[in-house]
This record gives sequence, structure tokens and C-alpha cells, in this order.
Amino acid sequence: MLQIESRPFARDHDLFACVQCGKCTGGCPMTLKTKLNPRSLILRLLTAGNGFDLEPFPELWDCTTCSTCAKRCPKQVSPMEMIIGLRSAIVEKGAVHPNVKAALESTFRHGNPLSLPREQRGAWAADLGVKHYTAGMEYLYYVGCTPSYDPRGQKVARALVALFSKAGVDFGILGNDENCCGSEVRRLGEAGLFEMVVEDNTGAYKELGVTKMFTTSPHCYNVYRNDYPKNGMQVQHYTQVLAGLVADKKITFSGSLDKTVTYHDPCYLGKHNGVFDEPRAVLRAIPGLKLVEMDRSREKSLCCEGGGGRMWLEGTNPATRLAMMRVQEAAETGAQVLATACPFCVLMLDEAVKTLNLEEKIQVLDVAEMAAQAL
Amino acid sequence: MTATDIPKPAALVIGGGIAGIQSALDIADAGFKVYLVERSPSIGGRMSQLDKTFPTLDCSACILTPKMVDAGRHPNIELLTYSEVTEVTGQPGAFHAQIKKKPRFVDVDKCSGCGLCAAACRLTGKVSSDFNAGMGKRAAVYVPFPQAVPLKYTVDPNECIFLTRGVCGKTFKCKDACTAGAINFDQKEEFVEVDVATVINATGFDVFDATRRPELGYGTYPQVITTLEFERLASASGPTAGRISLNGNLPRRVVFIQCVGSRDVGLGAPWCSRVCCMAVAKQAHLAHDRLPGAEITVFYIDIRAFGKGFEEFYDRVRHEGVLYRKGMPSEVLRRGDHLVVRAEDMLLGEIVEVEADLVVLAVGIAPRKDATQVAEMLHLAQDATGFFAEDHPKVRTVESSQPGIFLAGCCQGPKDIPDTVAHAKAAASAAMILLAQTEKAMVTSYAAN
Repeated sequence: MLQIESRPFARDHDLFACVQCGKCTGGCPMTLKTKLNPRSLILRLLTAGNGFDLEPFPELWDCTTCSTCAKRCPKQVSPMEMIIGLRSAIVEKGAVHPNVKAALESTFRHGNPLSLPREQRGAWAADLGVKHYTAGMEYLYYVGCTPSYDPRGQKVARALVALFSKAGVDFGILGNDENCCGSEVRRLGEAGLFEMVVEDNTGAYKELGVTKMFTTSPHCYNVYRNDYPKNGMQVQHYTQVLAGLVADKKITFSGSLDKTVTYHDPCYLGKHNGVFDEPRAVLRAIPGLKLVEMDRSREKSLCCEGGGGRMWLEGTNPATRLAMMRVQEAAETGAQVLATACPFCVLMLDEAVKTLNLEEKIQVLDVAEMAAQAL
Repeated sequence: MTATDIPKPAALVIGGGIAGIQSALDIADAGFKVYLVERSPSIGGRMSQLDKTFPTLDCSACILTPKMVDAGRHPNIELLTYSEVTEVTGQPGAFHAQIKKKPRFVDVDKCSGCGLCAAACRLTGKVSSDFNAGMGKRAAVYVPFPQAVPLKYTVDPNECIFLTRGVCGKTFKCKDACTAGAINFDQKEEFVEVDVATVINATGFDVFDATRRPELGYGTYPQVITTLEFERLASASGPTAGRISLNGNLPRRVVFIQCVGSRDVGLGAPWCSRVCCMAVAKQAHLAHDRLPGAEITVFYIDIRAFGKGFEEFYDRVRHEGVLYRKGMPSEVLRRGDHLVVRAEDMLLGEIVEVEADLVVLAVGIAPRKDATQVAEMLHLAQDATGFFAEDHPKVRTVESSQPGIFLAGCCQGPKDIPDTVAHAKAAASAAMILLAQTEKAMVTSYAAN
């Protein structure tokens, strides 16, 4: 039994505003593969009296927090936040998957959810001569956990360093002093730990005098932009900065990439934050590159399943993978490259390409990698 | 003292849709002078764009056109079309208004409405027709629709080659074609000043911009249209002469989606637009009637059939075989040569994908984009929603926040045609109280002198 008091919960999450139109569920990517039904969950919570057992709903952990439900709801209810709230109730009771437990504990101990040592965090940049951030620099480049530790993610971070150095951007990184942003912690429902992470980071950035920051990952960008208390710090995703540099001709591409490319909108960049045009503007500026669109693009982009803590959770139907559907959609456009701008998306889509044996046909690249190749 | 010597107060009606026309006719019939100002080339408004009207299936033009003609030739109505009110000052009983008459570049006294100019225009069949909701083409010199009042041509200053580029070939095709010598590119805008006792604001509505719900594919897929565009497709005077077809093909599967831009708190359109449920029922009926054998599905959240004869009409449409499914579609996707509408069928509790050759979005009634400018000009209050605020929601729904200025029709909030006409008649009645009081004061002061 994972009993929660559903009445105050329903009030806190404004579930009474729901008109049961089903718009959330009709657009939920998880309905393509699991029995997650945000609309009926709302009705169940509303009609449960004051006690609701979460035990029969393992699909709560399927949600990728892509935000389609919340963005489309005509009544401004957020089924996504409801699900995060329900996860919190489960986390409080300690009834979580061992992977989740490990990710949360590692974030607490090592400042990353990957159970990797803190003192290795800056190792990726050892040979790059990137400056350590000091007060007065224009930008803090917040690298993030996956780009710091994961070999595939590191390629993206290195590409970004090459790009911003070439453009003469005044930026620094925090290396081993960088700490997890807490985005996934929050979405896994560990509200207490998230609060602690926010306090630590906010204090650290204030002390360092950070005024402008850009991030590799849309997830980090989103959490700083939308979940941290407002502190005057300007946060951008790197594609926004890059698009500006391209528009101002501070970056010009002397090389070319004669490839057909389709762009996959990461949920946390597109749906969550409305950044659709900047990554495309960067791609379009690369000589020789032909950009084609998938039917599901922009607001209708199909989630890769990497968000909402799903990097650590298989979910209730691991046999069907949205990333595989997405790669197939990309391949159908005739694109040789599936471009994206998120470390999670890169990992999920890359794996799907391998599973589908499509390595000969289509390659997954981050926009940063493509731009760096064309320098 | 003769009757003609006694001064008579006048009214200004802003907006020549069905609301403005009805208010103007009532006031004029009561013997007062009315200035009816319409910014487009013809009166008629939204109602002139509609095909049939619910729930009786009367032809919209058949009801409206006689009223337009009456307004056009009423001795007490001075029609100022292609004109805009630019300033209103004064107080109840003594307002002063400035009206800008935009140049038509056509001498209305000479123009017989024959259309030779439009036939000769280099842009014939090339300019998107607003009246046909962008679905048909016209020339740069045009009448919006054949029943226009006045039936006088207008040169579109945003499209005309001469007016946009300063030169149109070696010779003016329109001018050469016009046997009446009516084309006049030397026309300038003029200002008219009028004294009126009262003002009726009947400035109408815009339809919701469906691109603000990008997941529904409007603007991306040509097979996704709005209910207003459907009206033009279904209308005998429309671009397809009433054939409900896209690129010449008759759709076999039609899906209607209710509440697009209505009841939508997230997009700042929290109101129910009141007409869409029945407009869709009517359009589903027309689709059933004109597309024999077509599968017709309506997705809805709730059906609001509250008016006289509405529930009966909803019953009739279902009897005809239109399938109503409860659920708000979340997205429209492309599948080969057709579309699919993806929704949770709420009553089945299942995700469904309904195939469609035509998707019709029931777009809501929204405040005019420039309602705020009108509000500033007339010093009127607006609701949080952007519609003009009535003085009391129950007992003073035609009185605006300004004494002497009244509201008629959808500028105050969404209404169907019968409610609009009733509201317009009520506004006229309220205006006539002021007109009668003003007249009495004028007569008294006239007699005293």
C-alpha cells in the first residue's frame, strides 16, 4: 500500500480545474506504449475520497515529463506536475526503484546522479585549456553531468569549447567544482534533495558573481530558468548563444557539410521553453547542409524517453522504445543525420540507431558537433 | 414653424455587421438620422460570410441581404463605408465625431458596379480574398461579394500594382476598361465631421487564430481548415460554388474539432464562444448532405445546445449518422496522403486515431485585435478578456461604461445571430431613449428662441 491523502493533493495541484477533455492523454507519448493515462489518474484522485493507493500505478514512473500534457491542457492543469507530486509521495515512503535510490544518493554524495567521483568531473577538459570561471567573465559555461562524464556527452562539450573559443567568447567552467543542477532529482520527486541542491548552487553562483550562464543540456537550462528562484542570472541554452554568434557573424563556417539533416526537438528545449528556431538557424547557416523536417516537429516532437528520470528507469514496457520510432521517422525523411541539441536525446537516439542496425544509414549528432565540424 | 425646421438629433453606429445594421435600421425607422460607419468596402460583416444558419438552415444571405439593402437605401441612414471613426468627443446628447473616408480610387457616383475594371485588372484571380477567408482569389479592384452594399468597386491599396509600385504597365487596364470613367487614382482620404446625440459600438469580433494551437496542424496541413473557411467552401457564392472540396477532391472522412480557442485558459480565451457547437452541428449536416457516404466525426468536450431548436437540431444531425465522440483531440498528424486525428475517446477510455481527409477546427470568437484602440477612442472599459465591458452584467448589458455610448453584438461578448439581433435592438432602444430626450430638449430650446 502506498496510500496518499488525495484530497489536499488534488487541491494543491488544482485538479478540480480539470474538465476531463482528454487532451493531455491524447497527446501523451507514453500512451504509445504503456497504460499511463494522466486524465483518468486525475479523475481517480478526485473521486477517491481521501485515500488513494499508488501501488497499482507503476506507470507513474513511465512519465518522461516531456510537458506535452501541461502545454496542451486548456485549463492550465499540469498532469506532469501531478505525476512529479505523486512520485514525491512515493519517494517519501522510500518505495523507489534501486536505480532511482542510487541516482539520488549519488547526487547527494558526488554531485552527479551517475555514481561517478566528483574529482573526475572536470577531467574531460584537461587538455583543452579552458579557463576556470572567475568573477567578471561574461559567461559561466555550465557543462552538466552527462557531458562531463559520459564519453558521448564529452564530445558535445568539447565541440562547444571549440566553437565558443573560436568566436572569442569570454567564458569559463567550474570543472570539479561544478555540481549537479538537480533537474532529474526534482523530476524523480526528491523535493527535499532538490531544495538542497538549489541552495548550494544558488549560493555558489552568487559568491562567484555569475551573471550569465549557458548550458549544454536543455534539462539544466530549464531547471535554472524555471525551477530555481529568480536571482537576476541570465540563463541560455547553448543553441541560443550560438545562433546569436552566427547571426552576428562572430562564427562563420569555412567548411561545409553536404548532408541532408533532420532536427529532433528536445522536449526540454522546445515544448518546455519554446526554443525551436535557434538550433535550426545554426544548422541552416552551415554551408551544404540541407535541413528537412519530420512530420512530428517543433511542438509535436516525439519524446526520446530520456527525461523525467527515465535515464535510470526502464519503465513498464522496455520492449517498445520511442527513440526507435523516432529514428525511423527520421530515416523516412531521407536524412543522413539526425541532429538534436540535448545529451539525453543524443544517447537515447544513438542507442536506437544501433538497435535498429541503421548505423550505415543515419547518424545522430548534436548541433554543436555539426557546427564545430563546419568551422 | 414647419416640421423640417425643427432640429433632429442623430446617432452614430460604428460597424456594419448584422448588429450595426439592425441598430441603424431600428433607429432610422423611428425617425432619427443614423450615420452607419463600416471600415470595409461593404456592410454585411461576418454574417455575409456564412452559408446556412443554425438551427433552421435558412440561407444567411437570404436573411441578411434584404436588411443590407434596406440600410443602403433608407432615407434616414447615411452609409459611410470604407470609412473609420477616428475621434469622438463630447457628452451624451452632444457628441462630435470625426470620420475618415478612405480613398476607394473609384468615384462611387459614376461606378455602376459592372465589374469591367476587375476583369481587366492585371491581378485578376491573383489576390487572396478576405471575404472568402483566403480561400478564393479576386482582382486588386474588387467588390468583396456580389451582394455588397454599396455595390461599388474599391481599389485595394495593399495589392494594386500602381498603388504599391507607382506604375502599372504602360496604361491603366482598369481605367481603360471602365466605360463610366469612375477609376480615379487622384482620390485622397477625406474627413467628415458629424454631430450626434449617441453612439453605438458594434465593432464585432475576430476569429481565433488557429495557429496558436500548432499541434492541430492549421497552417501546416492544407487539409486542416477553420469553421469560417468551411462556411466559404459550403457557400454557393464561395470559391468552390458550394462544393465541399479541397483541390477538387471530395473528402471521404471529415473530422470536426470543437473548442479551438474557446474554454482555453492557457491561451487567454477562457470563455465559451457559444456558437461553435451549433455551427459544427450545422456544418456536419452540410457535409452529410453534400458528401454522400462520407464518415463524419465530431470531437467535443461538452455539447452546448441551449438555444431554441438547438437540442432538436443536435438530435437530427446524430440521426443522420454524424458520430459524436467525447474527447479533445490532442494532435493532428500526417499519415501518407491523409491525416489522423489523435485523441483519447473519453468514454471508451482508449486512444484513437481517426483518419481524415478534411479536419475542421471550430475556431472561437475573439475580441477584435484593435479593440483596445477603439476602447481608447471611445473611452470605454474592456473586460479582462478584451471584449467591451457592459455597465452591468444582468440589467445593463447594452450600456457601456460611458453614458450615451451603447454596445451591440459580439464586441461585448460571443453571441449567435438571434442573440446579436436582440442585443442590437436593445442597444437601439437604449439609444433612442437618449435621442428622444435630446430631441425634446432641442424642440424646447427651438421653441424658446
